[in-house]
Amino acid sequence: MNRRLAPRSVQPASFAFTPDNQAWAQGQISKYPEGRQASAVIPLLWRAQEQEGWVSQPAIEYVAAMLDMAEIRVLEVATFYFMFKLAPVGSVAHFEMCGTTPCMLCGSEALVEVCKQKIAPHAFELSADGKFSWEEVECLGACSNAPMIQVGDDYYEDLTAESFSALIDAFARGERPRPGPQNGRFASEPLGGLTSLPTDPVHESNASVALALGTDPLPRQFSGGTPQFASENLLGKRQGAAISKPSPKVAAISAPGSNEDESDRGPVAPVTENAALAELRAQTVGRLDPALDVPTASDYTPETVPAQFRPELLGRPTDGGDDLEQIRGIGPQLGALLKDLGIYRYAQIASWTPENVAWVNAHLGGWKGRIIRDDWVAQARALLAKK
Amino acid sequence: MLSDSDRIFQNIYGMKDRSLAGARARGCWDGTAALVARGGEAIIQEVKDSGLRGRGGAGFPTGLKWSFMPKEVGERPHYLVVNADESEPGTCKDREIMRHDPHTLIEGCLLASFAMQAHACYIYLRGEYIRERQALQVAIDEAYDAGLLGKNAAGSGWDFDLYLHHGAGAYICGEETALIESLEGKKGMPRLKPPFPAGAGLYGCPTTVNNVESIAVVPEILRRGAEWFKSFGRENNAGTKLFAISGHVERPCVVEEAMSITFRELIDRHCGGIRGGWGNLKAIIPGGSSVPCLKAEQCDDLIMDFDTLRGLGSGLGTAAVIVMDESTDIIKAIWRLSKFYKHESCGQCTPCREGTGWMMRVMDRLVRGEAEIEEIDTLLDVTKQVEGHTICALGDAAAWPIQGLIRNFRDEIEDRIKARQTGKVSAVAAE
Repeated sequence: MNRRLAPRSVQPASFAFTPDNQAWAQGQISKYPEGRQASAVIPLLWRAQEQEGWVSQPAIEYVAAMLDMAEIRVLEVATFYFMFKLAPVGSVAHFEMCGTTPCMLCGSEALVEVCKQKIAPHAFELSADGKFSWEEVECLGACSNAPMIQVGDDYYEDLTAESFSALIDAFARGERPRPGPQNGRFASEPLGGLTSLPTDPVHESNASVALALGTDPLPRQFSGGTPQFASENLLGKRQGAAISKPSPKVAAISAPGSNEDESDRGPVAPVTENAALAELRAQTVGRLDPALDVPTASDYTPETVPAQFRPELLGRPTDGGDDLEQIRGIGPQLGALLKDLGIYRYAQIASWTPENVAWVNAHLGGWKGRIIRDDWVAQARALLAKK
Repeated sequence: MLSDSDRIFQNIYGMKDRSLAGARARGCWDGTAALVARGGEAIIQEVKDSGLRGRGGAGFPTGLKWSFMPKEVGERPHYLVVNADESEPGTCKDREIMRHDPHTLIEGCLLASFAMQAHACYIYLRGEYIRERQALQVAIDEAYDAGLLGKNAAGSGWDFDLYLHHGAGAYICGEETALIESLEGKKGMPRLKPPFPAGAGLYGCPTTVNNVESIAVVPEILRRGAEWFKSFGRENNAGTKLFAISGHVERPCVVEEAMSITFRELIDRHCGGIRGGWGNLKAIIPGGSSVPCLKAEQCDDLIMDFDTLRGLGSGLGTAAVIVMDESTDIIKAIWRLSKFYKHESCGQCTPCREGTGWMMRVMDRLVRGEAEIEEIDTLLDVTKQVEGHTICALGDAAAWPIQGLIRNFRDEIEDRIKARQTGKVSAVAAE
């Protein structure tokens, strides 16, 4: 299924988390081990959707920068998972009708008809007043309470065409109808009497309804305040504060003139060791477990990699240069590509800084990641020592 | 009938006190430190002895799965990941555990993680379960506050962190390696196995992925003993089980019953019988959308457990029973499942990506009878081409319902095609 971003005309100019959501997002990130902040991408995109009503392109870019991920990876996630709305939906309510077999057997098709009549003829179409929209979704996992729908955070269960129609009317009047079963059931027990575990309810409603009505308190974590992850053991150092800095990629793009200066052909100028570079350094030379992710340095392209990262490059030497194919991982094609770039000597490779690695890596096309994976720098040093 | 005292989930409907104090009054967190003190090997052995088979659909022995984890923790930490991505159509049992009886799950996470030497556990909830996520997070917060999680969890000497994570609407993330991919912040596309998660799972570390119910029953098994758990159900089908009944019964519900209960007893006792009486039953899907349907004749003395249903060419799956009465258009019911699988195919493997759409389109025509009789066999052949030729089991799951339909209701499909072919003529004549 093709899920694409909304057209440019609909996209907002920018996106930023509110301070509360920003703090919440830091808490989410701290749930994952250091360097694994990408794990938080779904929760963060979801929070962005909660904040704005849908997931816009600026939101995707914002989350990518916050998590130090390539934008394409976040775009992939946003388009892969169906709960992310890529265009605005009804401002008051977007009705998600479960239409899969168990609900269909119990009458979900009648609910869709109600939507077509009362809201809009087609899914994702806004109602005339822009307040409502609907779609048919796949199984929402409340099959014993079929047919049911989701509106925002809440499930409305055990519906009929009549009760659903009344529900829409209530939303239209600006009310927030009570979620949960609409036929008098408490939760998923048999209607009309318990067949097991007989008891009188001590609660007024089931947990989902109680949370919606506020009779049960929301978890602290959801209130946008300080995240509560009490202990700090074993998942490595927490990195909450560190992650809000711009990712190396963002820093590189926004550094004025950084990749313009074509005249700079000399040896690489010493680069200020700021936090972003320190992180990049860790990712390019830090020996990651090879079973784990590819370093994010591979996200640079020839266009985005800063010019001052460029290593020393040579003209063609008369002896043709060193035999680069002695380095494991470099074959004839890659060897030729390196020579095109101006890399002929073991000594050149042996002297690469992490920034140089990032620059060369950006120019390797389909061979990105090889420098780190095969550790060319160490290999070149070894070859140099033998020479 | 299972007596109430033998039900593991004492608050499955959420009517009793849902707080930690309430859960403790019902026996949760009773002597957890002593259970941990038995040692990991002993816990795994007890779970093995209990005969517990995974409750997420495949029915793989839980204790055996745990024993695949490395015996010693090397450089990489161990993880337990709980699969709460309950999305199989018909299945709505884990939802009740998480929102109404969450402490069974939380205590189970601690015990299972300890047994596999994991200091951290992630629970991956489906994204739509927002209130369930909140309810479970409240319970986790309570457990942290009470010292049941965190450093020296529950006084056991084991440091343990429990984190909630959620998806955003992708059925495929219920597949364990897709779930791991998703938890790492990627598209939920299943990984090739091997390596199995026990060798290289989450973040490349040894990982075990278990269903919510499989984990939530563990504390009670350890407290009451393997023999108690084994006393329910037939040999090799031990224990109690949450059944989720939906469709054309008088009173659909989720209920915990003994394994190997007969279908008739399950429906009569808890659901008030089939809508319109037993004579009105047409077919059931006994274990969630992925398993082939059974005809009414097969349901008379049907025993609801793994082995019986597998013997009939179906499966217990998640014990999500979808009941269909004579008013059901069975072809359309299965077509809707085909549409579901087409929607949920991740697109990674060609047989599934193309096959699910192809099967859905043929099913679409079969619903209307706009097909040739021979196409039924072509469709059956295609399902066999999809089945077993994909990285994960979604291809199989898409194929099986159609195979079940053709096996059991071929006459109905043929009748519809014939009616369409001749109906055109008679319709003209009638005008």
